[in-house]
Amino acid sequence: MSAVGTSYYDRKGILGTLGRDGLLQIILIANSIIMLAPIVIMIFSAFKTTPQIFQSPFGFPDLTQVGNFVKIWTQTNFLRYLLNSFVVTGASMVLILTLGTMAAYALGRYAFTGAGFILMFFVAGLTLPLKLAIIPLFMLMRDLSILNNQLSLIFVYTAMGLPTTIFIMTGFIRTLPNELEDAARMDGASEARIMWSIMLPLVRPAMVIAGIQNVVPIWNDFFFPLVFIQNDALKTLPQGLTTFMGEYTTDWGVLFSGLTLSAAPIIVIYIVLSRQFIAGMTSGAVK
Amino acid sequence: MAQLSLRGIKKRFRDTAVLHGIDLEIGDREFVVFVGPSGCGKSTLLRLIAGLDPITEGEFVLNGTRMNDVAPSRRGIAMVFQSYALYPHMDVYENMAFGARLMGLDKAEVERRIAEAAQMLKLDALLKRRPRELSGGQRQRVAIGRALVRKPDVFLLDEPLSNLDAALRSEVRLEIAKLHREIGGTMIYVTHDQVEAMTLADKIVVMNSGRIEQVGSPRELYETPANVFVAGFIGSPRMTLVDVTRDGNRLGIANGGSVVMSALPQVPALKLGLRPDSVRLVRDADAEGLRAVVEYTEYLGDNAFVYARLADGTLLSARTTPNDLFAPDEAVTVQVDPASTHFFSAEDGRRLVLGGAG
Repeated sequence: MSAVGTSYYDRKGILGTLGRDGLLQIILIANSIIMLAPIVIMIFSAFKTTPQIFQSPFGFPDLTQVGNFVKIWTQTNFLRYLLNSFVVTGASMVLILTLGTMAAYALGRYAFTGAGFILMFFVAGLTLPLKLAIIPLFMLMRDLSILNNQLSLIFVYTAMGLPTTIFIMTGFIRTLPNELEDAARMDGASEARIMWSIMLPLVRPAMVIAGIQNVVPIWNDFFFPLVFIQNDALKTLPQGLTTFMGEYTTDWGVLFSGLTLSAAPIIVIYIVLSRQFIAGMTSGAVK
Repeated sequence: MAQLSLRGIKKRFRDTAVLHGIDLEIGDREFVVFVGPSGCGKSTLLRLIAGLDPITEGEFVLNGTRMNDVAPSRRGIAMVFQSYALYPHMDVYENMAFGARLMGLDKAEVERRIAEAAQMLKLDALLKRRPRELSGGQRQRVAIGRALVRKPDVFLLDEPLSNLDAALRSEVRLEIAKLHREIGGTMIYVTHDQVEAMTLADKIVVMNSGRIEQVGSPRELYETPANVFVAGFIGSPRMTLVDVTRDGNRLGIANGGSVVMSALPQVPALKLGLRPDSVRLVRDADAEGLRAVVEYTEYLGDNAFVYARLADGTLLSARTTPNDLFAPDEAVTVQVDPASTHFFSAEDGRRLVLGGAG
């Protein structure tokens, strides 16, 4: 570099100073703030009383003031709702992942007549707005006598979750190298063992993706419990929390602490599982 | 003990015939190499022997037992895959133990066999590593180790060196040859590389479009190739094949000189097969021989190969000494050593024997 000051190319505009990456960072940071703000406000409000919420909606709360949490834990049906949500979501996820993976494995690994049609049949479910079918579904559940029963939710959620799961898993399972299967077969593994010991550990990242994809909407679903469940002891969290909203007055602090507690498990699950994405399981399998 | 018989093996995928009747006997402790260009069916044949694909027609007999419908793991055969196919979520020990456990061996025996294989393949220090933490050569050794612990009668190796770089390749090639001497099982090795085939094999099976062209020792294939395909495939640089017309004992190429042979097969038209070693290039344009123009010279240090275009358009390769290099476009005369010349039928490419009618 010469000592003769700055040349034209050395002068930098705002874009030059920050660079393209800098601009991108600004957009991403702004996006993060927009995404996180409601969650932060929710958590802050959980530590405030209702008057405090209206006085300073964005103010930083006194975090030692956990009256709302104590109240919701001891004086409401919150625990019951939480348990119901766990039962319904857990059972649905077990069914979705078990059935979805088994179906996807068959579609992805074995060539048989009609495989393409079956896959299309499952994927067609993606295009189906299930909520439009609520009246026939209601009648179906009534005839099966499982209205006011968690089974009705579990069935609907399983049906809702299978298309995406099968779609994601089939694509992933297809990419697994055939030679792994051949090697396991030479080693004397049965079809079931090949699936269980060799293939499934390798598709775990896909199962996590499919799982997260499904667990969030199921956990947060408000619509189907509202229609199928009337018994207060069977209500799930989103539905149960509405009972905190009174016709004339609402204890917003308690409501927000309820929302915070109900969002917590999903956020924790998400953080724990997101590590699975990073593990490049198949690297080193072949080549 | 392993005696393999393939009898009239045919393989079709839907309507496409891949193998058109393979008959082959493989003896105990033999190192057999299937070699051929890609798509010739050599890997398919290996998969049929392994039991990974069903045999459409014909019989595969191992030690007197018909194996067509026996499950792969019960044939006493182990296979090393081209991509190694190590289980990525298991460490080296587990990779080797997986098959051994499925054989129903007890824990101590599994451990003993793995220790033995690990020692033989120098894997002791790597047993707790995952495949992705290993280098290509190490993965290769694990793949072989996984086959070893099953103590099979027959080892199948499907292009095991194709994912290694050139330096490592010759090293692992030596290791495989040594391994075969040590464990003494029957090995069947698939490759498209004729150098691997020549260096490793007791017996080479040359295949081409689903048929066996010739079976023999490396020396037999090199010295007496059964047809033009084998002649062109075995040996590097390739054997030059020239169409010649015959006039008495004189063989000529179209407007490009002729050579005189002392004895010739009794056919009107034939192909001449010339190895790089059986021709000599001279600069004398009037000398007796075939006319050619030099295209380029490959200098290899201890050797040099000259590629020259014969007057009829065929590219000829000749070995010369590095002291005697030819310049491009130089006109040369090709002199032929009659003793090491091969003759093939111009009609079907079969080898012609001197004095006979072919």
